[in-house]
Amino acid sequence: MAKTILVFIETRESKIRKSSIEALSAARRLAPENTLAAAVLGPCDDAATLAHYGAGQVYTVNSGSLASFSADMYSAGLNAIVEMVKPDYIAGSATIFGRELFGRLAAKLGRTPASDCVEMHWNNGEIKLVRPVYSGKARSTVSFRGDPPSLFTLRPNVFPADSPDVSRSCEVSAVEMAIQAGTASVTLVEVLKPDTAELDASEAQVVVSGGRAMKGPDNFEILRKLVSVIPNAALGASRAAVDSGWIDHHYQVGQTGKVVSPQLYIACGISGAIQHLAGMSSSKCIVAVNKDPEAPIFKVADYGIVGDLFEIVPKLTEEFKKLLAS
Amino acid sequence: MNLVVCLKQVFSTEAKIRISPDGRAVSDEGVEWVMSPYDEYALEEAIRIKEATGAGTIIAISIGPDRCTPMLRSALALGADRALHLKDPMFDSVDALGVARALAAAIRRNPCDMVLFGRMGVGMDQGVIPAMVAELLGAPMAGLVVKITVDAEKVRCVREIDGGSEVVEMALPAVVTAQKGLNEPRIANLKGIMAAKKKPLDLLTAADLGLAAPDLQDVRLVHESYELPAPRTAARLLQGDPADTARQLVQILRNEAKVI
Ligand SMILES: Cc1cc2nc3c(=O)[nH]c(=O)nc-3n(C[C@H](O)[C@H](O)[C@H](O)COP(=O)(O)OP(=O)(O)OC[C@H]3O[C@@H](n4cnc5c(N)ncnc54)[C@H](O)[C@@H]3O)c2cc1C
Ligand SMILES: Nc1ncnc2c1ncn2[C@@H]1O[C@H](COP(=O)(O)O)[C@@H](O)[C@H]1O
Repeated sequence: MAKTILVFIETRESKIRKSSIEALSAARRLAPENTLAAAVLGPCDDAATLAHYGAGQVYTVNSGSLASFSADMYSAGLNAIVEMVKPDYIAGSATIFGRELFGRLAAKLGRTPASDCVEMHWNNGEIKLVRPVYSGKARSTVSFRGDPPSLFTLRPNVFPADSPDVSRSCEVSAVEMAIQAGTASVTLVEVLKPDTAELDASEAQVVVSGGRAMKGPDNFEILRKLVSVIPNAALGASRAAVDSGWIDHHYQVGQTGKVVSPQLYIACGISGAIQHLAGMSSSKCIVAVNKDPEAPIFKVADYGIVGDLFEIVPKLTEEFKKLLAS
Repeated sequence: MNLVVCLKQVFSTEAKIRISPDGRAVSDEGVEWVMSPYDEYALEEAIRIKEATGAGTIIAISIGPDRCTPMLRSALALGADRALHLKDPMFDSVDALGVARALAAAIRRNPCDMVLFGRMGVGMDQGVIPAMVAELLGAPMAGLVVKITVDAEKVRCVREIDGGSEVVEMALPAVVTAQKGLNEPRIANLKGIMAAKKKPLDLLTAADLGLAAPDLQDVRLVHESYELPAPRTAARLLQGDPADTARQLVQILRNEAKVI
């Protein structure tokens, strides 16, 4: 029997986030005969475009209390849609906000969500998911028990987003939410914009990371130059570089940092400690630059350059620039 | 200010992961158990808040088997005033919902101004229990916090969001989850270790918390099987003149790996 999957769509500055399109596309590919609905909370300019990715129906809740992200308000809003749609599954992206929201909603509904899944199969009319555990050192297959709905979130940047079919359209209906405006219990005081409009490593197609071999904060400029010549590239770092105070901890990749899975990961002067590998070993292609041919990073890398990063990285920057300009 | 810190015991991050022959479990043979690294930040922050405000108590709570006792003792040695060890055979088979219900029940019995968690328990890497507990308690939450400032009735936090950070304010009681960067955890000293021996460490069962079997046996998420990821083959190494190897690599990335 066909099931109903409700996908939570996250927005930023009133625009749909790419990770939500990935989740919607993945849900559609899973079982095309299923009914696919999308839930949009708060202000959104492009809700109608969700039909292009397979949504058969879009539900929106927009009240003043949803103007900023407060998971308690959002879970109440999403629950209003859940009560109406009665889905079998509620899916979303495992962004920072998505994880918190799904935790809240799951507790409200008496469920345990499967978070941060990287594979999904349709098995005898049920969804089975694979989630990395021990920071990717193992994988676990999970399934749900009990009455619907079941909740899960998908890791961003893992499931491809379909290309839009602009000929499709669907109904967009506004749902009322019982909670009054202005009762959000988490008040946003200020958004601290990062110093630059830098892309976050967890959203990038290419990540260039530096380790202890960078020797100091200034040398990260060499890596920044390489990042700047590659489209959709971002900077990362090992914990050794972060703990030395050379770069902010939000650049840290690994078990106690970000988990990234870009198309291309370039590790520069990083030995490849197990905790670092935990954060990047699911990258599609791994390149390591290290002067020690025995460095453990070469055991997981696809390609390695043995040598001094201070000589090699500037050359790589030149070559990337040439190639991408042509 | 009264504070509760929830501590999960996990495999040391160096642990080599082995799967049981039937594929149904991860073997803990020979594994060193530690406090989840993010929980260390949560505990440290609680101690700093108490030091700054000069009053109140810190209760450390953990759900787990006997092996959790040393971890709770070390929390007492670091500066927690009291430890609650929630131990019951019924807790062995619960999923996150059961853990959250038990933690919420223990917290309700020990009213506090703030509950601190790690942003996730390393290992199962779920990162959902704090939000579940916040929902069950009806409390506001700020996740992935890197800075906390408290006053009598509210708390101001800097929390990470995707691609940046923001400042939020919450009324107390509130829930926070600690992210790396919040602080640098201290190491226990001899005086603390001696003092810890005299601090209360109470064992509580499900019944003590007023939890009945249906609350805990309501397992919704089943970890059916575990496997190790496919091993990656060793790198193809390029050596020689930097300009040559750089040129070769970029060509390979375009034509062979097709990632740029
Ligand atoms: C609880 C816990 C959590 C942790 N979490 C993380 C985490 O999230 N992320 C993380 O990264 N680490 C983490 N670590 C730390 C981890 O164990 C390693 O200490 C760390 O990753 C090492 O960083 P590194 O590779 O930059 O430094 P090193 O191990 O010192 O390696 C430096 C490398 O640079 C090479 N090198 C030196 N000079 C040059 C040069 N001129 N050109 C080219 N190569 C050069 C060397 O050959 C060496 O391989 C964690 C540790 C613990 C205990
Ligand atoms: N068994 C447990 N006992 C006490 N606290 C826990 C337990 N499991 C999880 N927590 C807390 O919840 C946080 C997030 O865990 P998780 O959602 O499992 O990733 C941890 O960092 C702990 O603070």
